[in-house]
Amino acid sequence: MMWEPILLSLKVSGVATLCALPLAIWVAYILARKRFRGHGLLNGLVHLPLVLPPVVTGYLLLVVFGRQGVLGAPLYDLFGISLAFRWTGAALAAAIMGFPLMVRAMRLGFEAVDVGLEDAARTLGASKFRVFRTMTLPLAAPAILAGAVLGFAKALGEFGATITFVAAIPGQTQTIPSAIYGLLQVPDQERGIVALVAVSIGLAMGALVASEWLARRMVAR
Amino acid sequence: MIEVHIQKRLGDFDLDVAFDAPAGVTAIFGSSGSGKTSLINAVAGLIDPDCGRIVVAGRTLFAPQVNVPVHKRNLGYVFQDSRLFPHLTVAQNLAFGGAFDSARIIDLLGLSPLLARSPKSLSGGEKSRVALGRALMSKPAMLLLDEPLAALDGPRKAEILPYLERLRDEMAVPMIYVSHDITEVTRLANTLVVIDRGRVVKAGPLGAVLADPVVAAQIGTRDAGAAVLARVVAHDTEDALTTLAFDGGSFVVSGRVGNLGQEMRIHISAQDVILSRDVPKAISARNVLPVRVVSLEGGDGAGVIVGLRAGEAQLLARITKASLRKMDISEGSNIYAIVKATAVAR
Repeated sequence: MMWEPILLSLKVSGVATLCALPLAIWVAYILARKRFRGHGLLNGLVHLPLVLPPVVTGYLLLVVFGRQGVLGAPLYDLFGISLAFRWTGAALAAAIMGFPLMVRAMRLGFEAVDVGLEDAARTLGASKFRVFRTMTLPLAAPAILAGAVLGFAKALGEFGATITFVAAIPGQTQTIPSAIYGLLQVPDQERGIVALVAVSIGLAMGALVASEWLARRMVAR
Repeated sequence: MIEVHIQKRLGDFDLDVAFDAPAGVTAIFGSSGSGKTSLINAVAGLIDPDCGRIVVAGRTLFAPQVNVPVHKRNLGYVFQDSRLFPHLTVAQNLAFGGAFDSARIIDLLGLSPLLARSPKSLSGGEKSRVALGRALMSKPAMLLLDEPLAALDGPRKAEILPYLERLRDEMAVPMIYVSHDITEVTRLANTLVVIDRGRVVKAGPLGAVLADPVVAAQIGTRDAGAAVLARVVAHDTEDALTTLAFDGGSFVVSGRVGNLGQEMRIHISAQDVILSRDVPKAISARNVLPVRVVSLEGGDGAGVIVGLRAGEAQLLARITKASLRKMDISEGSNIYAIVKATAVAR
């Protein structure tokens, strides 16, 4: 019974991070490198989940992606996809909450990449896409990794938006934080709480150590 | 071979240059801030001129309605700071742009012991060689070198220069060589373009441009001088002297230089040339050449640059305005130039 929220949390956070990763890389890259109208607006929009109360983000998700929502209704009617009160909805909420943290870290990484090296690659015949794939991306890789770990850790800990959007249905949407919160409502559940808290700390530390190790290996290469 | 005619406004700096150059090594000479790097970047396509025309080896790279993107220009750019890719090994850096004639280039530049290394562990001179090799392996129509030796100290420079000469002589790679070091330019280039504050001061064959008194004033009194192509005709082992012959006479220089019959370019600094109206006798300098005065260029200071012709070769002498008056020489005067033997260096 204790393993259920742990495995669910890992699944939700992993899927959220992996799905948000390409978009986060793209948004971070254009925020770092391109100057266009609406740059400030995009930047603000990306950061919104960081500064809004999570309950507000959860409510907005419900309005947009709920069964009767602006996008939720056509999604269900056309494809039979429902996000509300499902683990996929929890992953969506986790991805959106982690997104600003991912973008911030990755943007710093892209800004630190020496444009001179990209110019050098271009003079050697590399197309824009090849420059991005062989220079920009690998040189920014430690920052991208750091962003992904931050996003994953944030997703593991997400509570407010998730519980508002998808509630805490055991086996479906009850992640570690909502399981701990649920146990707190019942007397004499200290053992379960302590176990889940310990797992939380372990997962967070593990993610940090793993990213540190990977980043070090990348730099050493 | 190269045709550059471009205008570009960069802030309050105005670049407006035009020159043509034949095959071989074209040196762009100028002080820092003169627009050398902007010029070479425009040729590479890293900056777009406001208008103009760039043609390299018969291919129009930039013209009205034409702007070939950087990666399709097929020019090898060697940056001042090398710009080796830090996340790749030396071998991967070399192969990035292609593997044209890789065995020969690795051999020519002595790169084989470096292949497995990371760029971070290389010395300045090694980095320069790898950057050169990387540019060459992309089989460029021309090499663009932006002060490739500027970041190196004296001995490292001396280590790289022979490699550049070998590239020029053995691989016949055309080059645009940006530099503010007249010794490098004299050794490598056959065409010289002198630019100052975004304008071409003078462009043409090396010897003629260097001998131009206006250019001499530009280069500065210390470095001003002429380049003369000479051939080794005799070695005097007993006195450790070498005789070099050129079109307008011969020089004796100290030390054993080159091999018999070898052609070499010698740089004669304007301040090491002394002028005399009569044949000087019993003086310590060994090189006395009959010359004709072809130009006189006074500057703001006390000096005058005197352009001289010895046969087809051109020389420069720097004398004071006072001596010019005293000697009573003018354009067309036939006089004698005295060059100190030690002043003649490769």
